[in-house]
Amino acid sequence: MIRWLASPAWDQVAHYRRLWLYAIAILVMIILVAPTLIVIPMSFSDSKYLTFPPTGWSLDWYRTFFQSSTWLMATKTSLLVAVFTVLVATPLGTLAAYAIHESRLAAMSGVHAILLSPMMVPVIMVAIGLYFIYARLELLNTKLGLVLAHAMLAIPLVVITVLAGLKTYDMNQERVARSLGAPRWLAFWTVTLPQIRPAILNAVLLSFLTSLDEVNVALFISGGDNSTITRVMFNSLRDEIDPLITVVSTCLVLVSVTIVLVVQLANRKSHQ
Amino acid sequence: MTAASYFTGSAEAGSATALQHDERRERLTIAGLSLPALLLVTVCLIIPVGSLLALSFIGAQGNLSLENYQRLVDNKAYLAIFLTTFEISAVITIICVLLGYPLAYFITQLPPRAVGFAMLAIILPFWTSLLVRTYAWMVLLQKQGLVNSALLKLGVIDEPIALLHNYAGTVIGMSHIMLPFLVLPLYGSMKAIDRDLVRAAANLGASPIVRFWTVSFPLSLPGLGAGALIVFVLSLGFYVTPALLGGGKVTMVAMRIQKSVALYPNWGAASALAVVLLVVTAVVLLLGLWIWRRNRGNRPVMS
Repeated sequence: MIRWLASPAWDQVAHYRRLWLYAIAILVMIILVAPTLIVIPMSFSDSKYLTFPPTGWSLDWYRTFFQSSTWLMATKTSLLVAVFTVLVATPLGTLAAYAIHESRLAAMSGVHAILLSPMMVPVIMVAIGLYFIYARLELLNTKLGLVLAHAMLAIPLVVITVLAGLKTYDMNQERVARSLGAPRWLAFWTVTLPQIRPAILNAVLLSFLTSLDEVNVALFISGGDNSTITRVMFNSLRDEIDPLITVVSTCLVLVSVTIVLVVQLANRKSHQ
Repeated sequence: MTAASYFTGSAEAGSATALQHDERRERLTIAGLSLPALLLVTVCLIIPVGSLLALSFIGAQGNLSLENYQRLVDNKAYLAIFLTTFEISAVITIICVLLGYPLAYFITQLPPRAVGFAMLAIILPFWTSLLVRTYAWMVLLQKQGLVNSALLKLGVIDEPIALLHNYAGTVIGMSHIMLPFLVLPLYGSMKAIDRDLVRAAANLGASPIVRFWTVSFPLSLPGLGAGALIVFVLSLGFYVTPALLGGGKVTMVAMRIQKSVALYPNWGAASALAVVLLVVTAVVLLLGLWIWRRNRGNRPVMS
């Protein structure tokens, strides 16, 4: 330890002279992680008021959650929409990534830019624009409308992830399969796809999470029986800080943590 | 005839063009695979944004006019909203830089095994629901919340201070949400710094402070700039967090847009505001890209 403290860091300053900086950094890391984790113990509180640490423990809020038809319906909507978002965005994004990677047409850089544009446009503009168009297409408050919107938002993620996967893959393998007589789709399906599977898995998980956590667009275009969890949550947060939200938050945090850990582990494995 | 022409030069040229045709068709077919995704983005993004653009030029009487933009210029309230938005975004960017720089630097010092863990601290919040994180800050910042009770115990304050439903709450919550967007690109560019350059500067007798400001810091600037730009631009268009943590006392552009649409349907005003927001975002991004390209061009080749 002492040797480490005296040893130079990469910028040739002994570690002990940088300790104040490291202290700040660790504090920042705690600030980053702690607030989201704090909702988990609070969801098991027996109190009507949000105090931390909770004075007693109970599963009351979970019981309330599972007895509330509003929340159950919203959960069902959100999960269904997230699953269908994955089913739409992953194949579409993967095909597009393959096209961008393989077709040497000059126009493809333009296509690439268009497919990444959902990340650039301010999300509030996307939301009200969709609200305006959906009102005319009668897609407001429908699951179909939500799925299409969320899939559009997830397309850039899928394209980026799958393109990164294709870059580490040797396309000659697919060419060999084709020169041996396999049609392109078969060569892709049996040779390329299994090797970019980690990238596709990332794309699947991250587009699921994108849809599940999406608020801005859902606030405008979802409603009634097809309200998402995030919409119900936003509306109840505007009125008061309802402890029931800790239950919903805990579930959302656990889904995020699981997905991030799976993605990280899969990435590490594919790097080795 | 075909057998004969097979051996002539002109037919050879013909088969070469046929090959070129084949290749072109092949490329077009592959390019066509991106059509479904393009269609989705067109229907759900380009047409909606295009309609807003068109709406913003249509006046109250359904005529072509600039009145929606004129209103933005004439009404001082709009100017105030834009100024507030810029100010909050700038403050958040500065806070993120101040907190993110030490963090990114710290991660570059860690052994490879620990880097994965440290990155989790950035990636986990990044992928946690924005609404959950906003809610967590509502709980922490309320009058009887953890922050207030900690400050009371430490004797920093005598009575609970208002941290929620105001400017401070908005800035705290949004900085927390934006921080990963700064740290990720910054860490990338810090990691890529050629350590021999710093070593060389040290060997030539430069003090730690001189080394930092003349070698490490300039080389980390592309990542810092990219991160700061992303934070600033995303903050400009933010809706959810300021709407919940600002408690109506802080009005940012996105909240005004929402109000124009939901409260008193005024599509002209809402779309004009959205178009201005989009243009400002694009200008800031292009400016950043331009500065980045210029700097990259000017920097001496180091390899």
